[in-house]
Amino acid sequence: MRQLFTNTTTLAGLVWRRDRIQIPIWVLSLVLFTVTIAAAFPALYPPGPERQIIAQTFTNPALISMLGPAYGIDNYHLGAIMAHQMLLFTMVAVAIMNILLTIRHTRRDEELGRIEVVQSLPVGRLSNAASAMLVLSVTNVAIGLACSIGLGFLGLEGMNWVGSVFYGAALTVTGLFFAASTLLFAQLTETSRGAMAYSFGFLGLSYLLRAVGDISSEALSLISPLGLVLRAQVYVNNYFWPLGLALLGAVLLTVLAFRLNMARDLEAGFVPAKPGPSQASRFLERPLGLVIRLERTTIIGWTIGLFILGASYGSVFGDVDEFVKTSELYQQFLPNIAGATVIGQFVAMLFSLMAMMAAVPALLIMLKLSAEEKVNRTEQLLASPVPRIELMGSFLGTALVTAVIMQVVSVVGLWAGASAVVEDPFSLGSALKGALVYVPVIWVLVGLAALLIGFAPKVVNLTWLYLGYTFFAVYFGNLLKVPEWMRKLSPWGHIPNVPLEPVSPATVFTTLALSLALMGLGLYGYKKRDISG
Amino acid sequence: MAILKVNNVTKRFGHFTALDGINLEVNQGEVYGFIGPNGAGKTTTIRILLGILQATSGSAQIFGMDAWRDAVEIHKRIAYVPGEVSLWPNLTGGEVIDFFVKLRGANHRSRREELIKRFDLDPTKKCSTYSKGNRQKVALIAAFASDADLYILDEPTSGLDPLMELVFQECVQEVKSQGKSVFLSSHILSEVEKLCDRVSIIRQGKIIESGTLRELRHLTRTRVRVETAQPIPNLREVPGVHDVEEFSGGAAFQVDGEQMGEVMKHISQFGILALESSPPTLEELFMHHYKGDL
Repeated sequence: MRQLFTNTTTLAGLVWRRDRIQIPIWVLSLVLFTVTIAAAFPALYPPGPERQIIAQTFTNPALISMLGPAYGIDNYHLGAIMAHQMLLFTMVAVAIMNILLTIRHTRRDEELGRIEVVQSLPVGRLSNAASAMLVLSVTNVAIGLACSIGLGFLGLEGMNWVGSVFYGAALTVTGLFFAASTLLFAQLTETSRGAMAYSFGFLGLSYLLRAVGDISSEALSLISPLGLVLRAQVYVNNYFWPLGLALLGAVLLTVLAFRLNMARDLEAGFVPAKPGPSQASRFLERPLGLVIRLERTTIIGWTIGLFILGASYGSVFGDVDEFVKTSELYQQFLPNIAGATVIGQFVAMLFSLMAMMAAVPALLIMLKLSAEEKVNRTEQLLASPVPRIELMGSFLGTALVTAVIMQVVSVVGLWAGASAVVEDPFSLGSALKGALVYVPVIWVLVGLAALLIGFAPKVVNLTWLYLGYTFFAVYFGNLLKVPEWMRKLSPWGHIPNVPLEPVSPATVFTTLALSLALMGLGLYGYKKRDISG
Repeated sequence: MAILKVNNVTKRFGHFTALDGINLEVNQGEVYGFIGPNGAGKTTTIRILLGILQATSGSAQIFGMDAWRDAVEIHKRIAYVPGEVSLWPNLTGGEVIDFFVKLRGANHRSRREELIKRFDLDPTKKCSTYSKGNRQKVALIAAFASDADLYILDEPTSGLDPLMELVFQECVQEVKSQGKSVFLSSHILSEVEKLCDRVSIIRQGKIIESGTLRELRHLTRTRVRVETAQPIPNLREVPGVHDVEEFSGGAAFQVDGEQMGEVMKHISQFGILALESSPPTLEELFMHHYKGDL
């Protein structure tokens, strides 16, 4: 037994040495995010009857499906607001961190042949997996601890030490659970791409199960690890059992992953790689065919995923409708907000969020060009009679079309989901129009990626940072009332509440022109610069 | 006729000078060897030839066209095999071969099948499951199945087993016999010795030697072992003689190429009984140049 884990701590030292910048950045940004937002709460939600009104709006099913169940509505103190508005999103961010880091140190290293080298040294069969889990466990505990301490010291109304410890613990447990599930997926697939797809698919499924479950079925939410952890009712009731269950789940998943790791050969998986065609199809003739062939799975996967996301949100419409009709509060205090408008606000928010989701596959495809260069695969293409404009244009064109497909699919999903529960929710045509307004906005991001690939290939990942900023500014902008100029820094901030308000053609054309200019510059830069591989 | 011409090319990356005024000339129908230690600038040179990097100064021409400006036109007539073959993990070897061949505009089914058989490759496997040698085979098959006038090969056999290396050498001989040219960067000196008509040696971004193997050998020392009737006095003082090792009845030493005549004249006075001389191997040449003590 001991032999299985020989030198785990030494290997953990290597993991830490490789990530000594990345991990502190994750921890620091998560903790700072949590504490600064909490610190802003007293100004945003002054005590009094007004807060109680806000509390009532938060029992709106649309918001519950996004944020999770609202606990402690009767006495809606800052702790309850914090747990309701912030906890779920922070948990998702922690889960993403754990997925990325776990794969990086397990399946990806194995794929690159690094584990083979490590395994030839006097280390145990499970030492590598264990070392990754060790570092991630410490990281997750650090995040939880730092958040607990930060929130505890803030000592805001309703945010006592016990609740703060529970808040931190919820993050830690979520992190451990997703590290463990990712470790399991890394055993099943042969490639890091596959492990990544399974892991993010699992995270997405957890979120959706919870979104639907929180409104219609408690059991569905309990199946989802995210839904389960939220049942701790942090700052309100501080139940321990959901955290205990999730932790137990994490331990069991880790043990299972370890067992599978021992049962398999190095560099093998349980989902075997099938042999493929011995000849290329007719479509695989020019770079465009290659890009489509390479990104086929990404496009199909995201198409299905966004349709389901749209449909899930659509299915909430019935409850929103019901809520508006029966809520005394709405009728008493907010007579000017008609039912249709509440739904409209919800739809506008959804459109904005879904466009951000749709931007992800488009960016993945555009940035693939730079990823290809990093692993020396563009050199072979450029050594063939392929103009650089054609090479970049193939990735660019696929990304642009993907953005359109994603927008259409998510809105059709939304419409389909809504049609199933409400009669005649909104017209598909106007919804599609609204979705297409966001297409040039997504293209601006794609254009930015192209520009960076052309002129600053080392920092292409700034595009992701910009998308993250957009999410922060637009999404939390609504909740936290961030200044208008912060919203305007993102192209999303320039689009009015589609489909509620009309969009001027000028806005659309300006955005479109900006995106085209960025792409043109990117192509120019790519044509002129040295290619590194 | 020169089909590849590099004229005084310099390439700087920031403050680092990777290539410092190099010159190369490859003629049609010639197999040209390009050797040098790791980091000497071989791959940088090749990437400039391919128009992937732009030279800081100087000119690189292939088929009389500019390597940077006319890259696409040039690439219609060349085939390239990189040193580190990186392939798309989710494509099969067969798909990659077809893709590369089609990009270059050719489509020879029978030649492709024949090469796959000769290199013993399973084209239905995903590239992620190939070893380094198998990835190299994919690139080599794609190159030799294309119609090219110039083959640029960057250490193409570093992952191949000896049997496959032989297949590779046959392929090079075949394209050479069709009057095509090959620019071969290699570390395997026996391979260069066997295949190449002319050789350039690059070191720290500078070409330090160019010419046929015979010419290069002439510039270096020949190993001589001689037995004489009388002992040769003061052999160490004779100009051009190095590394003397005396034994009873004779001596072994090295002679500078250009001093050979004089040295022979000198030792013949002492009654030569037996004489062996061996030309330097490319390996000795290589070592000689790399240690930088020319």
